[in-house]
Amino acid sequence: MRNVIETDVVIVGAGPVGLFAVFELGLYDLRCHLIDILDRPGGQCAELYPEKPIYDIPAWPEISGAGLTERLMEQIAPFHPEFHFNRMVTALKKLDDGRFEVETDENEIFHAKIVVIAAGGGSFQPKRPPIPGIEAFEDKSVFYSVRRMEEFRDHDILIVGGGDSALDWTLNLKPIAKSVTLVHRRPEFRAAPDSVNKMFALQERGELAFEIGQVTGLTGEDGQIRSATIKGPDGDVEVNATRLLPFFGLTMKLGPIADWGLNLHENLIKVDTEKFETSEPGIFAIGDINWYPGKLKLILSGFHEAALMAHAAKKIAHPEAKVVFQYTTSSTSLQKKLGVK
Amino acid sequence: MTTITFVAFDGTRHELEAENGSTVMENAIRNSVPGIEAECGGACACATCHVYVDDAWKAAVGEPEAMEEDMLDFAYDVRPNSRLSCQIRVSDKLDGLVVHVPERQA
Repeated sequence: MRNVIETDVVIVGAGPVGLFAVFELGLYDLRCHLIDILDRPGGQCAELYPEKPIYDIPAWPEISGAGLTERLMEQIAPFHPEFHFNRMVTALKKLDDGRFEVETDENEIFHAKIVVIAAGGGSFQPKRPPIPGIEAFEDKSVFYSVRRMEEFRDHDILIVGGGDSALDWTLNLKPIAKSVTLVHRRPEFRAAPDSVNKMFALQERGELAFEIGQVTGLTGEDGQIRSATIKGPDGDVEVNATRLLPFFGLTMKLGPIADWGLNLHENLIKVDTEKFETSEPGIFAIGDINWYPGKLKLILSGFHEAALMAHAAKKIAHPEAKVVFQYTTSSTSLQKKLGVK
Repeated sequence: MTTITFVAFDGTRHELEAENGSTVMENAIRNSVPGIEAECGGACACATCHVYVDDAWKAAVGEPEAMEEDMLDFAYDVRPNSRLSCQIRVSDKLDGLVVHVPERQA
């Protein structure tokens, strides 16, 4: 029997708009759980441009993606949101009592009165390297992450990439592997210098192989790879491999959202412009993931959408309550919720 | 104004007028040049605006900086003349620039 987490609201996505939704919902006493595929809050602001300045956040002439995330986290702290990182929402369905059941790929179940999809460009997923026919080997002998190291014991492991993931797994899997070959298209790395030095030291002692080049082909059958072709500066090299781990960064994919039965418009979720509710009452979509006539994909549009969504969500979550519109500047009850002394 | 030509993988040529100071990627997006995705919007964070600079223009365009070189690791079929078009700034000296769009972006 799996544990069910009961909450008022599940927010899918912890980017800037999902975070600000916690604030607006919190003012209406709605508790939120947020689920995100990344390992930290911020969404694209954290993953794509933490250091890049943003110039169109009202009252912030210039703020970085990381800075905006940090301040939003500070702003929503009084509402004690609960975060569930490194997971993807796989299924969403309506329960007989009118609430929704949200399931993640970590086998968690949430029951919520309201679901807010603030999933931006979709979920960040590992980029599939451009190797012909690689799909046939995925999850059998080609993996984009290491979930269980035992899967790699006594294998000839080929690791592709030049960042920390590639270097870390090269070093970590080396002791249990039959052999490890690291492939990168150039001799410079984006990884911690210490890991790079360790890798080169192992290479010098002949304990692992490092090839400069790009993987262009795979051989094998029934999902099991046998070897890989590496196109290097001196032509093609064939390397034996029974496990392949490519680390080519992340890309955004709509993912399972497409299967939730919501009306879509070119891979975006159609909403009304009064409440930003989807075709399913009680499920809202805000930020870059939604579409309505005139939609602009701006963080500030998402903030506006969050405010109107929260007003409508309150009526659904507490139909008996009278929803009163109040200002944080003057309402003592809102200020109490915010911890203003 | 500076003229830039994008040559698609199938050989189709897209010639456009670009403003000096803008990036090659911005001009591709504004003119809906197929094959340039620019997922991150020009932050040098995604490698989906990858182009091959025509050999005749390689010297004028110059070499990528370290950060761009790092991002190019994520691009498809990287060659010695690979660049991210969001990091190439349009100027008079690039008038007539020709870049080739790869078969696919990552």
